[in-house]
Amino acid sequence: MLEVGSEPNRVKPPHWLNAEITFRCPLHCVYCYNPVDYARSGPELTTDEWLRVLRQARELGAVQLGISGGEPLMRDDLEIMIAEARRLGYFATLLTSGVGLTEKRIAAFKEGGLDAIQLSFQDSTRELNDFLSSTRTFELKSKVAKLIKQYEYPMVLNVVLHRLNIDHIQAILDMAEAMGVEQLELANTQYYAWAMINRDQLLPTREQLRRAEEITNRFRDRVGKKMKLYFVVPDYYANRPKACMNGWGSVFLNVAADGVALPCHEARMLPGLTFPNVREHDVRWIWHESPGFNAYRGDGWMKEPCRSCPDKSKDFGGCRCQAYMLTGDATNTDPVCDLSPEHHLITDVVAKAQSAAPPVTVHPIVFRDDKNSRKLSAKNPPETAPAE
Amino acid sequence: MNERRLASDAVCALERQYRFQWEPAQESFVLLYPEGMIKLPGSAGEIMKRVDGKTAATDIVRSLEQAFPGVDLRQDVMDFLEVAYARGWIRTK
Repeated sequence: MLEVGSEPNRVKPPHWLNAEITFRCPLHCVYCYNPVDYARSGPELTTDEWLRVLRQARELGAVQLGISGGEPLMRDDLEIMIAEARRLGYFATLLTSGVGLTEKRIAAFKEGGLDAIQLSFQDSTRELNDFLSSTRTFELKSKVAKLIKQYEYPMVLNVVLHRLNIDHIQAILDMAEAMGVEQLELANTQYYAWAMINRDQLLPTREQLRRAEEITNRFRDRVGKKMKLYFVVPDYYANRPKACMNGWGSVFLNVAADGVALPCHEARMLPGLTFPNVREHDVRWIWHESPGFNAYRGDGWMKEPCRSCPDKSKDFGGCRCQAYMLTGDATNTDPVCDLSPEHHLITDVVAKAQSAAPPVTVHPIVFRDDKNSRKLSAKNPPETAPAE
Repeated sequence: MNERRLASDAVCALERQYRFQWEPAQESFVLLYPEGMIKLPGSAGEIMKRVDGKTAATDIVRSLEQAFPGVDLRQDVMDFLEVAYARGWIRTK
């Protein structure tokens, strides 16, 4: 089964190291991609352990470093990690909500050699429907945006779109323009983890999407080159799957707060696979040798219709986690693909979402917080114990 | 973008969001930027190495012709710098 894995020389080095340095977060976003059972994950890696991971991944060839979380600013050793990342030659990007970003800290990041900051606009209040009119949120983002500019970072803003905020697209675009954003990523929610629990509440209607795209295009025509704009549609509205992570174990290495190394943010959910912990294994072994990273490399694992599909080297059969979540088998074709015999699992959900009325759901929207995470952990015991 | 022309006496500098460095794993010089990397193999890397915010395009040509004597490099170097300028990797000072 593991043809490619048995020839480690053919495996290219990772390009991206994503360091989820903490699961702690002051926000409670309903679409968070952190594992729903994060509350039971092991202790966070120490500063020295992170520095070791940075060194080992860099030796292997990783060059882009994302520092994310949770909220990475929750760790007060971030400055140490950034300085080491720069020394090692990474291009380091901090992915942050901006909550906790003071001038003292951003000055230290600049001094240490942080290359870029991606500010995300989160639902920082629980009043989802009017989060955009929350002056506190706007004031915070404006303050942080000013700091980012003052320290000569390009202003990159990421906004996660969903059913409850997508109709505010014009206000979002106006806000971005007022803040002097140079790159705006309007990314529709992807349905994993917390967003999967809240999928009924978050999936927009086709009409909502159409309108949002139209408004975005009009805005794009007006502002021209002043702002780079990306509008990412939810894959539920596509008929071919995304080339998830550019292929399993191909370019992306995620190390979670507790040291578990993963080929994507979500792979921890897959049953029957044990992912290695950087506390026990070096990054070279993890990338090249570990069964977890080799599980879906190449195409030896594929079933029909992927196996004989001419697009298999383009989209890699889509997302293993989505295939598992929706069909119960990670080796199935991602049901987003209309060639999948289980494509109806997507179209049924999309059809249900078309009613403009508030969706009828089995539960109220679930916020990402420790209490809910503990509750969800108790409800869904892991099939395999997390690596300690 | 194509209409951006580069004067031969222009002093070129890297655009702010890019970083130029040697990548051992790629065995190549590269330009790094948020979420991406441009490989600059061979002569492309040699040219970009000389884009330092102080040297004029024509002096970059001269420096390369000294490093690789016997070859007329002017057109190739200017063509590459034009491309780099049009793509926004470099700016003029």
